Amino acid sequence: MIHFVLLISRQGKVRLTKWYSPYSQKERTKVIRELGGVILNRGPKLCNFVDWRGFKVVYKRYASLYFCMCIDQDDNELEVLEIIHHFVEILDRYFGSVCELDLIFNFHKAYYILDELLLAGELQESSKKTVARLIAAQDSLVETAKEQASSISNIIAQATK
Amino acid sequence: MNPFSSGTCLRDMIRAIRACKTSAEERAVVRKECAAIRASINEDDQDYRHRNLAKLMFIQMLGYPTHFGQMECLKLIASAGFPEKRIGYLGLMLLLDERQEVLMLVTNSLKQDLNHSNQYIVGLALCALGNICSAEMARDLAPEVERLLQFRDPNIRKKAALCSIRIIKKVPALAENFINCAASLLKEKHHGVLITGVQLCADLCKVSSEALEYFRKKCTEGLVRTLRDIVNSPYSPEYDISGITDPYLHIRLLKLLRILGQGDADASDRMTDILAQVATKTESNKNAGNAILYECVETIMSIEDDGGLRVLAINILGKFLSNRDNNIRYVALNMLMRATTLDAQAVQRHRATILDCVKDSDASIRKRALDLLYLLVNDNNVKPLIKELIEYLEVSDQEFKGDLTAKICSLVEKFSSEKIWYIDQMLKVLSEAGNFVKDEVWHALIVVISNASDLHGYTVRALYRAFLTSTEQETLVRVAVWCIGEYGDMLVNNVGMLDIEDPITVTECDAVDAVEVAIKRHTSDLTTKAMALIALLKLSSRFPSYSERIKDIIVQNKGNVVLELQQRSIEFNRILQKHPKFRSALVERMPVLDEATFSGRRAGSLPTAISTSSGAPSNLPNGIAKPATAPIPDLLDLSSDDVPAPSSSGGDFLQDLLGVDLSPTPAPSGADMPPKASTDVLLDLLSIGMPLPVQTGLSASDILSSSQDDKAPFVNFNGLASLSSLSANATSPANAAPMMDLLDGRGPGPQKSEENGQAYPSLVAYESSSLRVMFNFSKQRGSPQTTLIQATFTNLSSNVYNDFLFQAAVPKFLQLHLDPASSNTLPASGDGSITQNLKVTNSQHGKKSLVMRVRIAYKTNNKDVLEERQINNFPQNL
Repeated sequence: MIHFVLLISRQGKVRLTKWYSPYSQKERTKVIRELGGVILNRGPKLCNFVDWRGFKVVYKRYASLYFCMCIDQDDNELEVLEIIHHFVEILDRYFGSVCELDLIFNFHKAYYILDELLLAGELQESSKKTVARLIAAQDSLVETAKEQASSISNIIAQATK
Repeated sequence: MNPFSSGTCLRDMIRAIRACKTSAEERAVVRKECAAIRASINEDDQDYRHRNLAKLMFIQMLGYPTHFGQMECLKLIASAGFPEKRIGYLGLMLLLDERQEVLMLVTNSLKQDLNHSNQYIVGLALCALGNICSAEMARDLAPEVERLLQFRDPNIRKKAALCSIRIIKKVPALAENFINCAASLLKEKHHGVLITGVQLCADLCKVSSEALEYFRKKCTEGLVRTLRDIVNSPYSPEYDISGITDPYLHIRLLKLLRILGQGDADASDRMTDILAQVATKTESNKNAGNAILYECVETIMSIEDDGGLRVLAINILGKFLSNRDNNIRYVALNMLMRATTLDAQAVQRHRATILDCVKDSDASIRKRALDLLYLLVNDNNVKPLIKELIEYLEVSDQEFKGDLTAKICSLVEKFSSEKIWYIDQMLKVLSEAGNFVKDEVWHALIVVISNASDLHGYTVRALYRAFLTSTEQETLVRVAVWCIGEYGDMLVNNVGMLDIEDPITVTECDAVDAVEVAIKRHTSDLTTKAMALIALLKLSSRFPSYSERIKDIIVQNKGNVVLELQQRSIEFNRILQKHPKFRSALVERMPVLDEATFSGRRAGSLPTAISTSSGAPSNLPNGIAKPATAPIPDLLDLSSDDVPAPSSSGGDFLQDLLGVDLSPTPAPSGADMPPKASTDVLLDLLSIGMPLPVQTGLSASDILSSSQDDKAPFVNFNGLASLSSLSANATSPANAAPMMDLLDGRGPGPQKSEENGQAYPSLVAYESSSLRVMFNFSKQRGSPQTTLIQATFTNLSSNVYNDFLFQAAVPKFLQLHLDPASSNTLPASGDGSITQNLKVTNSQHGKKSLVMRVRIAYKTNNKDVLEERQINNFPQNL
């Protein structure tokens, strides 16, 4: 099971955090600080796994961002690497060659995508296409709702003129 | 309109925060935003609710508190539209977790949304439930989730399946409700549903043996077929990852097969063919393929198999181990560790490669490899492996040395067949990484050295050599100093020369020099310096001609700022100056330390008996002749009845012998915590020759000093001083006086009370026809509030009292500390007594006098007797 997902920039800034096991705010800050210290300082050629407090943290760097996932001792690290890559590819498709700024300003969208990919710390969907389709469908629902709202407010605005 | 609520939009806030140059600036921006959001929340502003929540999520990600936004999530979830619900559920998952009670309020909304006609809203609710539900919510909403497992849309079914995993983890009792639905998910064609269904089955098996049996019987065939289909499936672009169709599904299927096959030969048999196919056919040049192979190897090693497949699995791991990719090597080491229990011989074949991995530049790999190597060491290969490891110790990273040292020491200890090999290896480790060696390890080394009587000379010479070359390793210095102190004469005279040794000429002067270096090193810590002082004291007797020089070195520490060293220095100087007669007896070589006792203690349990410290004086740790010390107890007016010492006195046996336990005395917090004064090395050296009336870890000093002081040696020294002045007339009163000042009335005896001019009359606290209780009082100078009371119980009847228990209670303005009694058996007719020390602190000293209620319980003639009384007649001013 994945206990949490962290996206940390090379400067140690948090870009996304998702906790599937309960951690208090204090613990979360501590975990982020600790792992940031360990992972950001590792050299480029080293393996992508870090033993940490009886768990394993699998991380991979994409450009300036480190994607980290914390898993149990007996989970398959190599698979988690694939899941990270899977996530990155979906982000890339959604944003169109994703960069850190996309994730900063549209962090909520990154969360929506993650929620279609993982649930309860387990993989939910292995097809990038399906995830993209589900997200697009929900986005269009939001758009329609917005349009409706604005058209209603237009009507009200015109009526009250 | 609220001036705040118009505020900035999310994008602007993020820009503003990113523009901050310092964290103080950032805090200011966040504070302002939070204020605006709070104001907006108070206004109950509906238009900006979702924007506020989005901002709060960003702020929360930066690590600021956002609890005030929790209710906003609930409001958004409760609203009708999809966009509001979407952001509301996202906020719920980010700002709350299962431990917050607010979460309960959302149960009803969740229930409604799970039954919503819009499947995307159902999806949102399932997602939130799966990520943060608590046990109570799981119980409430399980029926809804169960129903959704058969929902028409596969995307809801897969979410419901994962949500069920969370539910059965929170409430395992619900597992049986899900078994049938989960089994039906396994027949699906949709990959998402299949993946999550397989995962649900795996988790059901973990919490319910019923589920395991069910799936084993009904689903093994189907799962094998599904795996075969997916392995042989043609290229499908939607699920393809580097030439493999849906590796995630592969891995999950293999994982579930592993659970089903474990411990069941029949099920295992049905899956061997497909496992062999996966193990041989999977491409291993990409990560996805390796992930499948890795999972497959694990499954092969877990199921019941005759061994044909295992050879295949171990070979795959061997290939992994020689892979250039660090990730692959890491997982190979990980898996080999599990394989050692199955087939240690096969893993041994890769020993050389594993040893190379110990020296890898990657910390993660090094750690795994070291753990694995640790499991591989046996009697046959221990010597070459340890040699390699010690050689590597010289060049390894600082942060790895601790781990490596601990493992080497543990291995050397575990597999030491000959003492000389053990000592040699340990000396190498000490010289290379002495600073990383744990206390108990070098303590153990000293125990072993002391037991190897034929190697004393060899060891001390080897240590001397090592000490000359590397003085930076603290523990090496300590062991060397200890050995030079003990076996200095062997060092100088080349006693017990072994054939393998190079001859070495060490003069007495050199030996003293070495210890002097140790004590003068700036890096030496307190323990080392204290040990060096003892070594010097011992050498002064071994090399009488250097006695003067040694005295000079010792005297240099007379003004040391560390009390312990100052004290030792003064005491030892005293011994050298005034008591040459005792000196040689005092500093005799240590008796052999009991290995069994020490290892017993290291194993974590207190030894049942310290063979050397109970019973006859000839067995006492330091083997001091009784005549020299026997008067001390009498002088101090201590009970010296022949009660056999209770055997559990060995709490700090070795530390006492080594005189190194310098831990500060813990403040006594209750009567059940005996003061621990084990810094009294002199005391241990003197080894008072009386049967110690000791209980539960009290050392002799506690009896002597009867207080929680950590300067017990003074007390004892007082004994020595009085002894000498009485018996030998060696000490003039003038010389004794400063000593007395130092002593300051620490002893409980009336003599000392007189010396301090602070005598209080003894009190018969209680007297009946059968029992008399006497209280003797004394005070510590400097703390007038505290009174030390020594209670002496005398049996006036003709029957022995067993299970004697004295209890006391005091009013709130007093504080009472009870030390353990000297015994719980009181001989008949006044033929001996029990003593017990009490310490009373009077917070209203001078205003109120002491008062105490006592209860005495004992057994006589198999009858329980209980006597109670209040004592009001304490002397004034106590």
